[in-house]
Amino acid sequence: MAQSSHILICRGTACVSSESREVQNELETQIKRRGLEDQVRVVHTGCFGFCARGPVMVVLPQGTLYCEVRVEDAGEIVERHILGGEIVERLLYRDPKTERIAEKMKDIDFFGKQVRIALRNCGRINPDDIDEYIAMDGYKALGTVLTQHTPEEVINIIKKSGLRGRGGGGFPTGLKWELTRKSPGDVKYVICNADEGDPGAFMDRSILEGDPHSVLEAMAIAGYAIGAGQGFIYVRAEYAIAVDRLTTAIKQAREKGLLGNRLFETGFEFDIDLRLGAGAFVCGEETALITSIEGNRGEPRPRPPFPAQAGLWGRPTLINNVETLANVPVIILKGPEWFAGFGTEKSKGTKVFSIAGKIGNTGLIEVPMGITLKQIIYDIGGGIPEGKEFKAAQTGGPSGGCIPSDLIDISIEYDTLLEAGSMMGSGGLIILDENDCMVDISKFYLEFTCDESCGKCTPCRVGTKRMLEILERITEGKGRAEDLDVLRELGHGIKETSLCGLGQSAPNPVLSTLRYFEDEYKAHVIDKVCPAGVCKKLSRIRIIPEECKACGACARVCPAGAIKGKPREIHEIDPEKCIKCGECIEKCCFKAIKR
Amino acid sequence: MESHDEKLAKLDEVISEFEGQPGALIPVLHKAQQIYGYLPEEVQYHISQGLRVPLADVYGVVTFYSLFTMQPRGEYNFAVCMGTACYVKGAGKLVDKIGNEIGIKIGEISEDRKFRLEATRCIGACGMAPVLTINEEVRGRLDADQLGELLDKYK
Repeated sequence: MAQSSHILICRGTACVSSESREVQNELETQIKRRGLEDQVRVVHTGCFGFCARGPVMVVLPQGTLYCEVRVEDAGEIVERHILGGEIVERLLYRDPKTERIAEKMKDIDFFGKQVRIALRNCGRINPDDIDEYIAMDGYKALGTVLTQHTPEEVINIIKKSGLRGRGGGGFPTGLKWELTRKSPGDVKYVICNADEGDPGAFMDRSILEGDPHSVLEAMAIAGYAIGAGQGFIYVRAEYAIAVDRLTTAIKQAREKGLLGNRLFETGFEFDIDLRLGAGAFVCGEETALITSIEGNRGEPRPRPPFPAQAGLWGRPTLINNVETLANVPVIILKGPEWFAGFGTEKSKGTKVFSIAGKIGNTGLIEVPMGITLKQIIYDIGGGIPEGKEFKAAQTGGPSGGCIPSDLIDISIEYDTLLEAGSMMGSGGLIILDENDCMVDISKFYLEFTCDESCGKCTPCRVGTKRMLEILERITEGKGRAEDLDVLRELGHGIKETSLCGLGQSAPNPVLSTLRYFEDEYKAHVIDKVCPAGVCKKLSRIRIIPEECKACGACARVCPAGAIKGKPREIHEIDPEKCIKCGECIEKCCFKAIKR
Repeated sequence: MESHDEKLAKLDEVISEFEGQPGALIPVLHKAQQIYGYLPEEVQYHISQGLRVPLADVYGVVTFYSLFTMQPRGEYNFAVCMGTACYVKGAGKLVDKIGNEIGIKIGEISEDRKFRLEATRCIGACGMAPVLTINEEVRGRLDADQLGELLDKYK
């Protein structure tokens, strides 16, 4: 006889792309075939964060975590684990370094060192079922606030908690609420900024996919605090799963009377509508976002007036980011002192990061502020794969910068990151190794901001283009001696004179890499060499004669016909014909071809 | 396939649903693009008339946002993610591979309208980098060889 079990399976974007939906269907089929529908429930959840090992699932009550589960494994899990009560060892997590097998989440360093506040329900509840959220004390904070606190008290709680905006700038949240409350006007709005555009960042998407109600509840609390009756969530249209879950969540909350009129039998009313973005990075800037909701090209406006004074349709508007809001209900329930107990003096609480790039455990983590970069990379992230050297960490996306390896002990806080020439940003953390070229990376970000510049103000529109042209020149081996100084001068000029945050931060990736990796720039400009071997025009591919076994594989794969050689004769690359695509390097079994 | 008239009727329904609401243009364009697959000039003109928004404003909005397109979609639309994580893990190679196999470049559609290739902004599946989407379905952890097999399925 089977005991009653729950199987929680991740249905976040990454796990869905590795077929978690199919695995779930197969599990359900297998369970039905054995007539166990009444004892075993398969529940789909939001992101566990362990994207690198997806699809992941947890079997309750034991709490066994299975990784990289394939459709073919479903039968065995039901037969052996659910019916037989034994663990399917081959699907457990195995630490790649120590070879140690871990059965439960807490036994894995990736999870063990995290503190999950904003992500408290992600991977634990079914996001499409409001009852599961309610069972985790969902909407209790809203009820408490409406029946026991005045709006001013709510604002004080948030102020006391020390919560700061998690979208990038780090403005104190309680103060923002207070300013919007004090702005005169009968009609006010709450906007949730879910236009997560930084490449390499997926914190907000994961919260919306895994725990949409926490955001809705927080928006209603914010609405009460500032005196608003209507909220909007501005979410990227590219986030298809998040949009679906939000739509379902809003519908369910309305049906339960948790959005709409007379909430908790009080006179307070609040409703939320969705607005989809349409692929414009600048709309993550609050004034541009407002212009976009109003139905226009998403161009920013000069501030002041700030949205707190004159925002959407000229009314006082509060804009908070998804992760900021997700913290609010817990702060109300557990108290501001509890929240402020995590983190450092100036950066309270936790921060969600998406770690990606050259790191073992790519995925989503939540850690207390003040943790060091080293702890994130090596303790949680599992280090750099293939024994490569850590080179730099990029934080803050196109608005941030790179932290070099000698600053690996830096404490992760708003202010320390700013001092290091980067920024917290929304939480994207891209790890780069020795094979990444810093000039190429800054060119990548500048291409992005140049393309996404809305064109309204000249420093950003023209300045980023000029900077990009210089970087392109450098990576093509045509760099000039004065280029580095011009880049710095242009960069500072753009920062000081641009209209909005996009332009004011666009030069950061270039300036920070110039600060820490000037030698690498100089190698490109003066020696015409790309030390990492990334910039094609600055690299030469050659065959090492001693290693070449004359098999001919390289010549067959070369699209340019640049490799000459007969059987049993050492091959050679004609540098004139070579297009430096690197196909031959990949193909050579003897590692005889090098850049 | 829906006829021209059926599509137009659907579009009119959307327009009347949003008419008079502030900020209606972008939601209407989203729905129109779902109906037509893209936003040709005639559709923009029709929306301009229906919502009483100047055509210049409609065109301005369509060309501002990268998700709105005035080009028809292919039967299979490949969008390679160009987020940072995918970029450092070789998204460029995926683009080259698709380009070589199908003979189209980024932003182009094959002559038979079967394939279209785009580079897209980060879709946030960085854990699976490099990734691409085929008609919105996300495929991750790809290398150039696997991609070849994947492409064969659609040819």
